[in-house]
Amino acid sequence: MPKVTVDGTELEVPAGATILQACELAGKEIPRFCYHERLSIAGNCRMCLVEVAPGPPKPQASCALPAAEGQTIRTNSEMVQKAREGVMEFLLINHPLDCPICDQGGECDLQDQSLNYGRGATRYDENKRAVTEKHMGPLIKTAMTRCIHCTRCVRFSEEIAGVDEIGALYRGENMQITTYLEQAAKHEMSANVIDLCPVGALTSRPYAFEARPWELKKTLSIDISDACGANIRVDSRGREVLRVLPRVNDDVNEEWISDKARYMCEGLTRRRLDQPWIRKGGKLQPATWEEAFAAIKRINPGENIAALAGDTLDCETMFAAKKLVAALGSTMLEGRQTGMDYDTSSMAAVNFNSGLAGIEAADAILIVGSHVRWEAPLVNVRLRKAVKRGAKVFLIGPDWETTFGGEFLGDDLSLLGNLPGHVADALKSAERPAIIVGGGAIAKGAIPPALALAAQYNLVRDGWNGFNVLHLAAARMGGLMLGFAQKGGLADIVAAKPKMVISLAADEVDYTKFADSMIVYVGHHGDAGAHAADIILPAAAYTEKAGTYVNTEGRVQFAEKAVFAPGDAREDWTILRAMADALGVEVGFDRFEELRAAMIAEVSALGVEGLADYGNVLPDGNAAPVSVVIGYPVKDFYLTNSICRASATMQRCSAELIDRDEIAEAAE
Amino acid sequence: MLADKDRIFTNVYGYQPWNLPAAQGRGDWDNTKAILEKGRDAIIEEMKASGLRGRGGAGFPTGLKWSFMPKDPPSDHLGNPKPSFLVINADESEPGSCKDREIIRHDPHKLIEGALIAGFAMGARAAYIYVRGEYIREAETLFAAVDEAYEAGLIGKNACGSGYDFDVFVHRGAGAYICGEETAMIESLEGKKGQPRLKPPFPAGAGLYGCPTTVNNVESIAVAPTIMRRGATWFSSFGRENNFGTKLFQISGHVDKPCVVEEEMGIPFRELIEKHCGGVRGGWDNLLAVIPGGSSVPLVPAAQIMDAQMDFDGLKELGSGLGTAAVIVMDKSTDIVRAISRLSYFYKHESCGQCTPCREGTGWMWRVMERLREGDAQVEEIDMLQQVTKQVEGHTICALGDAAAWPIQGLIRHFRPELERRISENVREAAE
Repeated sequence: MPKVTVDGTELEVPAGATILQACELAGKEIPRFCYHERLSIAGNCRMCLVEVAPGPPKPQASCALPAAEGQTIRTNSEMVQKAREGVMEFLLINHPLDCPICDQGGECDLQDQSLNYGRGATRYDENKRAVTEKHMGPLIKTAMTRCIHCTRCVRFSEEIAGVDEIGALYRGENMQITTYLEQAAKHEMSANVIDLCPVGALTSRPYAFEARPWELKKTLSIDISDACGANIRVDSRGREVLRVLPRVNDDVNEEWISDKARYMCEGLTRRRLDQPWIRKGGKLQPATWEEAFAAIKRINPGENIAALAGDTLDCETMFAAKKLVAALGSTMLEGRQTGMDYDTSSMAAVNFNSGLAGIEAADAILIVGSHVRWEAPLVNVRLRKAVKRGAKVFLIGPDWETTFGGEFLGDDLSLLGNLPGHVADALKSAERPAIIVGGGAIAKGAIPPALALAAQYNLVRDGWNGFNVLHLAAARMGGLMLGFAQKGGLADIVAAKPKMVISLAADEVDYTKFADSMIVYVGHHGDAGAHAADIILPAAAYTEKAGTYVNTEGRVQFAEKAVFAPGDAREDWTILRAMADALGVEVGFDRFEELRAAMIAEVSALGVEGLADYGNVLPDGNAAPVSVVIGYPVKDFYLTNSICRASATMQRCSAELIDRDEIAEAAE
Repeated sequence: MLADKDRIFTNVYGYQPWNLPAAQGRGDWDNTKAILEKGRDAIIEEMKASGLRGRGGAGFPTGLKWSFMPKDPPSDHLGNPKPSFLVINADESEPGSCKDREIIRHDPHKLIEGALIAGFAMGARAAYIYVRGEYIREAETLFAAVDEAYEAGLIGKNACGSGYDFDVFVHRGAGAYICGEETAMIESLEGKKGQPRLKPPFPAGAGLYGCPTTVNNVESIAVAPTIMRRGATWFSSFGRENNFGTKLFQISGHVDKPCVVEEEMGIPFRELIEKHCGGVRGGWDNLLAVIPGGSSVPLVPAAQIMDAQMDFDGLKELGSGLGTAAVIVMDKSTDIVRAISRLSYFYKHESCGQCTPCREGTGWMWRVMERLREGDAQVEEIDMLQQVTKQVEGHTICALGDAAAWPIQGLIRHFRPELERRISENVREAAE
């Protein structure tokens, strides 16, 4: 622990810390553009210069210099101030005076720092440089004249995303940042460079000229586009969500979110169900809430009722539905819309036990049936980090383009019981071996053989649980905790032929199997579920209601309500509460707080933010995987739920960024 | 004046062939095995004792640099020892410099033998010679010379029968000045964009492919075999304390006979020009200024340079530097502002663009210089330009920022009246 003196304050800093970190520990703000905690050190903006003694008699880049015993650091000397002024002046001489028309305005590092550290006026009389705009795809808008060449975007795509697609061309003052051959950035995390860009060179294309940051209401929320539960901030103005940004949470998403999480919010204003509908004579007709509830009363299903939960639901909605169904005397609840019927008696057997952050520490990883890049881009980032630390990765399933290398063993599930010698050796000799079972494999019954493999290779050991199930649906873990799982899966409910099926935004269900049931759709988008419905009750999307979500690692997180649902739409729980009145039963709550309290009373883990404890004991599995070819459930990363399917941006991404020829070839 | 018997580069004018038999006739590769048998430490000690300072411009003691290479190489992540490398900088792109070109053209075997001795002394697995992209014929010569040496068993497995395995690879650059900076050269060798790295870590700790690496100039390496044969005391008998040895001077510009010549360090400027170049064009009274060490050192006006000692310390006293000893002589017919402005353009063109002060500053400085050339400026802008050079100098990752700033600082220091005259004349013309 070296001791350094920062502006007269002596302090101890952790070994290996840089001078910049030492200054921050001492409470000194060091201006910077290129330095970013999660990227490698470039040291090229020269804004973080400080005076360090002993050392050469010139200012030093604090971001790159290790702190050493006995150093005296000055962050406010005349030399430092002059150096900052100088660098600031250089950055500004070729930076356009675009601020009034620049989307970065109000949240621009260059604006803020030039105010704090720059000179009052310019001395530069020559012409300013202009740079042609670059095409970076449907998400990233470029204004490269504003670029200050900090190379954060280059380092992000190389280091975090793992694709060499952004780089610098030419040299000197002609240097330009661009994508390779000006192709669109084809990566699921590409839009994070917009947040990283300290100036307005890379801005959000769909959000262009929409709003200024100070006009926006900021609401803390949880992403529901996949099962990772990324922490997001929803920025809204009036009744409209304008953009979604990541929040920092080192245990979940660090500070990244996928492009889908960022841009599907656009779909919240399109194809919305904003009034009730009733099917009359085979056609859906607009109706009022009274008419809709009267129709439900007429159905009067009694105990012949079932509830199907969609993939993006919060726990409160599912609990309210459960209470309603229970009050009518039924237990028919299911959330696994595609018919999966794995055993849920042990939650540890269906959980991502290593944890999203924990998987980074694994040193041998077997991925079974998961297209991680599309199913959980944030896990893919973690896997890349694990590989950088020396982990070996093996994959079972059809080939996909990984960003971390790894060896594809084949696409037959039976490989699980018959691993090639070198894979078995790697798992045996590893200190922290892990298996990740993805949605494609679960559907083919991979959990029992995976459990057997976990026992065989001793994946659960002191301080380490290497058995992981990677779900796709944000609602899955919460649904399983609340009991939205029949023994035989969806087939049980089909067999019971319920008189009424409450579909809670369940858009992936094959409703032809429920031809004899009355389908009441409680959802927010006119998607597949609404098309099959007999009665539609318009509900709220994830930004329009407060809710509890449990991610694939069993982390309970709370989201707040950002805006009101459009038109006549109501929050889901109020609809279910009103349905209870229509059907003449009592559910035991009248207010949201009462609902939440009842839910926590039943499943206490849902009341505590953080990892739910499922224990480390895995049930026994049987060791005989059947020989079946694994397929991946996600066919199109950008169009996986009803919200992103309604988003024009996501549709454009799907059309422009997904290589359909390759998929067609792979299918043949 | 240096006696012929004391010359290291005996074929610098190419009167004899460069090939192996001719080189051996001049004494190269003569019992190199015996030199290697002295051992690593003895070679480094001898080099330290010789007082040889690096010939690439900065003048860092060569023996000391070699001794920074770790005796026990660090391990990679699998626990295997990392190899060490010697990188030889033949990316001679400094305007005015042309000594490495002559060495490679006419005495390539001195370089290859030096590579073996230096590589052995620092425990290097191989040497990479990074040849400037524009040196096409020179690279061809070097490729052929390396092939000859391999065929004769002088390098490669069991080099010179010493039991030491040593490879020499010749790598051609693509013509970027910045790749002459040692860490940019390493980046370029690795196949990346030639941009200097942050230091620390220094190349001796983590250089080429993350392995311990030493980067040396061609001349520093090529003189090593002769120093080892004739001894450190012979080498240090030339020049004065801290500036020992002989040096290739490259005189260009307004002299009667521009040439590359090996001379003793510390030779007075007047003697160098009179003896080897036939004097200044139009006589000594016609001398305006001299850039004594290649484009990146400040110029020295005639009065100060005439009796200056041409070595590191002698020129440092004049506020300039020896650099690569590329002496650019300018007589009174020179438009000195235009000359320095042209150098500014060179640095603007060659800036890699990585760090802010150099990327933005070199272009700014050049544009102001261009206006000063015509006098199309305000007098205050001279001070502003001086401040801008100070804002660039010492604020960059590598020394290119300094190199771009120094010539302008030299101009303002010594020729400010000339700058002001142009401005006032321009103003008067505009008024008329």
